[in-house]
Amino acid sequence: MSDDVTFRVFRGEPDESGKPNGKMVDYTVEMDEGMVVLDVIHRIQAEHAPDLSCRWNCKAGKCGSCSAEVNGKPRLMCMTRMDEIMHETPEGQPILVKPMQTFPLTKDLVTDLEWAYQINQTIPPLSGPDEMNWEFDQIEADRVQEFRSCIECMLCVNTCHVMREHQLFGQFAGPRFFVRLANLEMHPMDEEDRIAMIKDDFGIGYCNITRCCTEVCPAGINITDNAIIPLKERVVTEYYDPVAIIAKKLGIRK
Amino acid sequence: MDKTYMTHEFDVVIIGAGGAGLRAAIEATKSDISVAVICKSMLGKAHTVMAEGGAASALSNKDPRDSWMTHFRDTMKGGKYLGDWRMAEIHAKESPDRIRELEQWGAIFDRTPSGLTNQRNFGGHTYPRLAHIGDATGLEIIRTLQERGIHTGMEVFMEYTVRHLFKTEGRISGCFAYNRVDGSLHLFKSKAIVLATGGITRCWSVCSGSWEYSGEGHALAYWVGAELGDMEFVQFHPTGMIWPPSVRGILVTEGVRGEGGMLTNSEGERFMFDYVPEMYRDEFADTEEEAMDWVNSIVADETPTARRPPELLTRDVVAKAINSEREAGRASEHGGAYLNISWRPEDQVKKKLPGMYHQFMELAAVDITKEPMEVGPTAHYVMGGVKVHPETQESTIPGLYAAGEAATGLHGANRLGGNSLSDLITFGRRAGMYAAKSAIEIEEFAEISHEEIEKVVEETLAPLLRKGGENPAKVVEDLRELMQQKVGIIRQGQQLEEALEELEAFREREESASPGGTRVYNPGWHQALEIGAMIDVSKMCALAALAREESRGGHTRLDFPVPDYSHWGKINSVIVKGSDGEMKLSHTRYPPIPDRLKEFLDAEDLHEDEEESNV
Ligand SMILES: Cc1cc2nc3c(=O)[nH]c(=O)nc-3n(C[C@H](O)[C@H](O)[C@H](O)COP(=O)(O)OP(=O)(O)OC[C@H]3O[C@@H](n4cnc5c(N)ncnc54)[C@H](O)[C@@H]3O)c2cc1C
Ligand code: SF4
Ligand code: SF4
Ligand code: FES
Repeated sequence: MSDDVTFRVFRGEPDESGKPNGKMVDYTVEMDEGMVVLDVIHRIQAEHAPDLSCRWNCKAGKCGSCSAEVNGKPRLMCMTRMDEIMHETPEGQPILVKPMQTFPLTKDLVTDLEWAYQINQTIPPLSGPDEMNWEFDQIEADRVQEFRSCIECMLCVNTCHVMREHQLFGQFAGPRFFVRLANLEMHPMDEEDRIAMIKDDFGIGYCNITRCCTEVCPAGINITDNAIIPLKERVVTEYYDPVAIIAKKLGIRK
Repeated sequence: MDKTYMTHEFDVVIIGAGGAGLRAAIEATKSDISVAVICKSMLGKAHTVMAEGGAASALSNKDPRDSWMTHFRDTMKGGKYLGDWRMAEIHAKESPDRIRELEQWGAIFDRTPSGLTNQRNFGGHTYPRLAHIGDATGLEIIRTLQERGIHTGMEVFMEYTVRHLFKTEGRISGCFAYNRVDGSLHLFKSKAIVLATGGITRCWSVCSGSWEYSGEGHALAYWVGAELGDMEFVQFHPTGMIWPPSVRGILVTEGVRGEGGMLTNSEGERFMFDYVPEMYRDEFADTEEEAMDWVNSIVADETPTARRPPELLTRDVVAKAINSEREAGRASEHGGAYLNISWRPEDQVKKKLPGMYHQFMELAAVDITKEPMEVGPTAHYVMGGVKVHPETQESTIPGLYAAGEAATGLHGANRLGGNSLSDLITFGRRAGMYAAKSAIEIEEFAEISHEEIEKVVEETLAPLLRKGGENPAKVVEDLRELMQQKVGIIRQGQQLEEALEELEAFREREESASPGGTRVYNPGWHQALEIGAMIDVSKMCALAALAREESRGGHTRLDFPVPDYSHWGKINSVIVKGSDGEMKLSHTRYPPIPDRLKEFLDAEDLHEDEEESNV
């Protein structure tokens, strides 16, 4: 199998006000058996556009660098097979590749993720007993290990309407960081309390459980049910007044 | 073109944010000094994130017979006794605490039934020794260090590439970097620098590494005059994916074999039984029944009494065996071997090897719980690197430290799986500690030659001024193909000589490569700037490989197929840039192993009676 494929890729940089300023450019390259979207991007770089920007590292779904929107769907370019893409694209149509739309554009397929590093910094780290050789069971570990498998691809944040439509970056931690917070709060040895922050600083009330984040997570983390809802419950238990808290935030519900 | 640069001052600069760099930063920031970490990709994405199987240390949680002495012995033996025994001793003794400490910082390794850190079997390790979380251990380690690190006050410069190290009056005095995102230029003055830049395997076309593994760290050390050692020793991991072509080289963790994965050829034979080297014969099963006994104990979570299956021989042995089977016409459909774990229950495979399950399902449309994988050798790790003091990790240039894959010493001629992650945290910590100590001693930042800075600025911007030359991607592709063909897993004198000559021809192509585009996030420009390092690093490997007229560990010569104990048994190669600018090769040896440690080693392995009188 060796067919030509046409990619319609976003090329451009932000203008002075930070708005994306660019156009969709068509590139046609040959496609070999078993290729993934990232392979095609690399071929475009090698044959047509050496300066086409994109991030990648592991090419195996482990580092979370290559997030983009392919045919309008947020995914890892290195784990999206071309057969799948060809199957979903109408015959004769180009394949659309755009950067994540929620984050500020840097150039082409690269976005600025500074926000994620900043918010991570504000989360109080694990704090447990001093002695080494911590003991806890696999059952306790299991609960948290699901959260540890996050590769920080930010596809969940990119998808969440609180971020994508309402841009509440300063007030809402976003699904990735609720996963992180759930990891810490449910850690069998942790002694720190972050519930007040989760309610006030990280704005968990803005989440209205649409589960869009869970659907796109390439690590298969059940973000909404296993991380966010238990955190919401902890907030509720601590503040006893669930109705008022959620009602206040309902303004953004679609 | 704008040649201005920004100047920063940091007491310690750490180049690299993988396991070694981050561990160094955590340690260095314990002193009251300023610490910068510079890395090419974003924080948390360095190569360490890809590590799968686990981190080796004699915690003895899983098998009480384990001890630092056995870990020391396994490491020396796996390295064919070419490693620095002083580093092997430190590593074996200190790595357990480094692992435990990671748990206090948030890592959650899989547990034993009694609630301690679980440990997995791996090639060359006598006992189950690898702390792990499924097959995503690297992610766990890098995330843990990242989360610890960001609260220490280190300043991170991510998506910056360091292009040059400066020396002032013989001591390291700073480095020069450019920002990959906006193309801006940066001078970092510093009192000590830690190189934690990882490996070089991107120089081969079939490799398990990412674009970051162009060997720039090794080249930076070489250019500034530091000694590099053992550069001929490159580990080809036996099990990389081989089909479809676009995934060729991507790693299949040794954990598959640790969990009972069997290797077979096109005739369905478990060929590894035919490849057990003399020095390992006592430790490995000689029948399929015995091997199965061992696997059954592992699955049942019992301490095995049977000897282990030969699939768990060291990587050099298994990689060469797969290669030999192919030469003999018994390759799998796409030119490798079959690796089968599907005999174990589906849920166990998914729990123990979730990453592998997804990797094959999504990239090759193969369900490993039902069918065998196809695997073949892939360039994976470089044992060679910057020569360092075993305790302080200081290189031969005062003020320049190295740790992790960028340094050499611990692994000798062949690294044992799992010994890299433990290496990173053990020696990363030491490098950070001693770099901080030496920085404290120095009062002022040294002056850096303006001429030298201007020269680096010119060189950095040069590719953008060229027009109509070759696409840098093409130059890189051809260089990798050359290394694959002529400096690959099986080498020959003639081909190595040709490679050395052909590599020189790449310099011209490097000088004319033109990426086009601007300074803003321009991968073509970035790649054009890597070619020089790739040429020099490839040359180091070929040069050292040509001189070593024997086969040992990660270095195999078709024209000298066996180990030569009379001469090469304890000889390490050294590469340094001569005062005339030419690459110089010489040979040296580590101090003799003291009796107190020798008693843990297998006496007959050392072949001391065969040694020619000391050189
Ligand atoms: C797929 C895979 C699986 C593996 N599995 C295991 C395993 O199970 N167990 C094990 O022990 N080992 C394993 N290894 C090996 C191990 O992962 C690596 O050897 C180790 O992670 C290297 O760590 P490091 O800190 O030395 O460098 P890296 O993690 O590679 O980090 C290097 C850092 O240096 C930076 N850098 C490099 N050059 C420059 C420059 N010029 N300027 C600025 N920054 C620079 C990079 O950006 C990066 O941040 C595996 C390797 C691979 C590829
Ligand atoms: S479940 Fe919550 S966090 Fe996830 S996408 Fe919906 S609103 Fe956002
Ligand atoms: S939770 Fe899932 S989607 Fe979100 S950053 Fe982590 S891996 Fe990506
Ligand atoms: S390149 Fe690492 S997840 Fe795609």
